[in-house]
Amino acid sequence: MKNINTTPDVTIKKINEYLKINKRFDGRKTDEFRDLIIEKDVSNKAEGSVRVKLGKTEVIVGIKADVAEPYPDSPDKGNLMVTAELLPLSSSRFELGPPKFDTIELGRIIDRGIRESGVIDFKKLVIKEGEKVWAIFIDIYSINDDGNLLDAAGIGALVALKLAKLPKYNEKEEKVLHDQHDKEIPLTDVNPIPITIHKIGNKLIVDPVKEEEDASETRLTIGISDGIISSMQKGNIFPLKDEEIFEAIDIADKTWKELFKKIEKFLKSK
Amino acid sequence: MTEFKRPDGRKEDELREMKAKVGIIPNADGSAMYQSGNTIAIAAVYGPKKMHPQHKQDPKRGVLRCTYNMNSFSVSERIRPGPSRRSTEISKIIEWSLEPVLDLDRFPNTVIDVHINIIQADAGTRCAGINAASMALAHAGIPMRDLILSIAAGKLDKTIVIDVNKAEEDFKEGEGSTDIPISMTSSGEITHLQLDGKINSKQLKKAIEMARKSSKEIYEVQKKALKESVNLE
Repeated sequence: MKNINTTPDVTIKKINEYLKINKRFDGRKTDEFRDLIIEKDVSNKAEGSVRVKLGKTEVIVGIKADVAEPYPDSPDKGNLMVTAELLPLSSSRFELGPPKFDTIELGRIIDRGIRESGVIDFKKLVIKEGEKVWAIFIDIYSINDDGNLLDAAGIGALVALKLAKLPKYNEKEEKVLHDQHDKEIPLTDVNPIPITIHKIGNKLIVDPVKEEEDASETRLTIGISDGIISSMQKGNIFPLKDEEIFEAIDIADKTWKELFKKIEKFLKSK
Repeated sequence: MTEFKRPDGRKEDELREMKAKVGIIPNADGSAMYQSGNTIAIAAVYGPKKMHPQHKQDPKRGVLRCTYNMNSFSVSERIRPGPSRRSTEISKIIEWSLEPVLDLDRFPNTVIDVHINIIQADAGTRCAGINAASMALAHAGIPMRDLILSIAAGKLDKTIVIDVNKAEEDFKEGEGSTDIPISMTSSGEITHLQLDGKINSKQLKKAIEMARKSSKEIYEVQKKALKESVNLE
């Protein structure tokens, strides 16, 4: 997520020294997430919307749906588009202008995590094969970046999908009634969450704060649902050993269980 | 007066319920949220900081740079993320509305960035954005002569009302809807005025007077939120 590295070298050195004895600045364990806070219905014109906070990191994810033509290579499936905006409002590191690499990568990793896991039942989004399907837009906005926007956005995307209701569609007049909602988005029983593991020194950590993200030598994002991996992306230039990759997968699997428990609890409380 | 009834039952000079909170974005030097009914705006201030690129620096005074951005899902029909002609114009209007109260002479060669994001839209988004920005600038400790208070007056058929919502903005009967966003200082100086519709000078005078009266309520909301953000213990 970093545009310019503004964490001083001494801090990065300290982070490394601390990690050697399994310590982090905020007292967390290497595989411990910050407190996860989810709020729903933060934007009432969206088909579904949530605010996700991980410590001081905050994102808003909203879902819109519209009726569109299917893509030529998938006439029997609905469309999905995931877009992220890393707002300059959320960090002095984000600048105005056309989307930069980090913004595009974030949107694409979330897109693949959702798409490849099969959480959306795309075939059920068809209104008329080859002509009319539902297009689902997942839009991600950063509000405050204190590291790990990606995992926060991924949690937000999954929860927003579960809460969203499709607008009504008047087939005769070919009109989407955006102010009337009825059916839920057809979902399957997988629950993909992207979990990003960072390597600092010889240690693997989850949910880095900004300074830790700056200290990170390499990262591996694992889109996982109950032990099944459906998307991965290794970022940054330092190599990873096989055993580190499989250790990362074990951490992701364990983390998924913890996070999904919290998500389920939130969904039940609604 | 006419028998005109507002769709949500408000009195002609009645504002929607206001909420304000200061200090919502930890990364920013100043930040605030302003909500009027179903319209929610947030603003963050970064700066004063050195202006880049260098040729945009003003050796006499600091530069105020505002950006207004709507979330794609803040309206019924999704809008494409990123800047538009509309957002570009509103961003500049917001700069003009806020700059008169800022003491920018103290910050030569710098820029103060004000980023506004509309989370939920039910008309009056630029006004909500300006109110959020006014509080965020004060929260950032930028020297200000006054706060800026912003409100959309309107004329629905022949009736002048305050704080127009989307249903009213789309009002078609009689003379239809006229939208008049106005921003002013607490002493009543107008720093921003726009109008779309049909109106005569007498009616406009009344609209401005009503906006001025409403601005006092907004002033209290902004002051209260700013006081609450400071721990005086």
